[in-house]
Amino acid sequence: MGLSSGTTGETQVISVHCDRIDAARAIQFKEAMRAETQTGAKRIVLDLSSVEFIDSSGLGAIVASMKQLGDGQRLDLAGPRPIVEKVFRLTRMDTVFRLFASLDEAICAGAD
Amino acid sequence: MGANCKQDCLNLSFPATQVQASEGIAILSARLEKHGLPESKADDVRIALTEAINNVVEHAYAEISPTDIRINCSLCAKELIVQIFDSGDPMPGLRVPSSHPAPVDTDLENLPEGGFGWYLIHRLSSDIQYERKDGVNLLYLRFNFDTPH
Repeated sequence: MGLSSGTTGETQVISVHCDRIDAARAIQFKEAMRAETQTGAKRIVLDLSSVEFIDSSGLGAIVASMKQLGDGQRLDLAGPRPIVEKVFRLTRMDTVFRLFASLDEAICAGAD
Repeated sequence: MGANCKQDCLNLSFPATQVQASEGIAILSARLEKHGLPESKADDVRIALTEAINNVVEHAYAEISPTDIRINCSLCAKELIVQIFDSGDPMPGLRVPSSHPAPVDTDLENLPEGGFGWYLIHRLSSDIQYERKDGVNLLYLRFNFDTPH
């Protein structure tokens, strides 16, 4: 599962380099996220701008990624394409996560 | 299904595994768009189709070795009809599951990681029918193009 990670200020940005997060990749995604989020960063932004499609299994893997964070860590999402944003909206997961239109917006907003 | 509907170019089979289903759905979604599926409907169709096929892979073939899933599409001026055939186990109670979404108004640790599939299919399609005949499951999904979601 292609993830890459960097730090901007106090925010760790994890970018997904894979066009789909679906049933075929959900478990790999969750495990890759577990590895990437061991840094202990307080705020993590997941950049979804390269993701062309997500299904409910992929959505579940993002939820699982949030649950497996350490105490005091939070996960925000950035750059969802319309189809990805739609899956979050229909399942009401858009009320659980903070979704930012772009990575820049997510970084500017900070953790507040 | 009228005579002016496109069909032959939109039929596809693939083994009922997650990886091959993922590829198959991506191919079929691209073909549907190329053959005139309205852009405004493309996302709904892809989401519902994926959830329907994931259910087949994960439930109909949970206890048995994968065989092929066959998908027939009929793309018409005002609707798309998708028929999904598989030889896996029948749906429980021989009927389409209901569509209550998993609730998200809960603590972090109780947030659902699944249970959205049938809700999404019901929400995004215009009609769903299921039948079991001669050891084959047929799930029929219709998408009207004039219904916004």
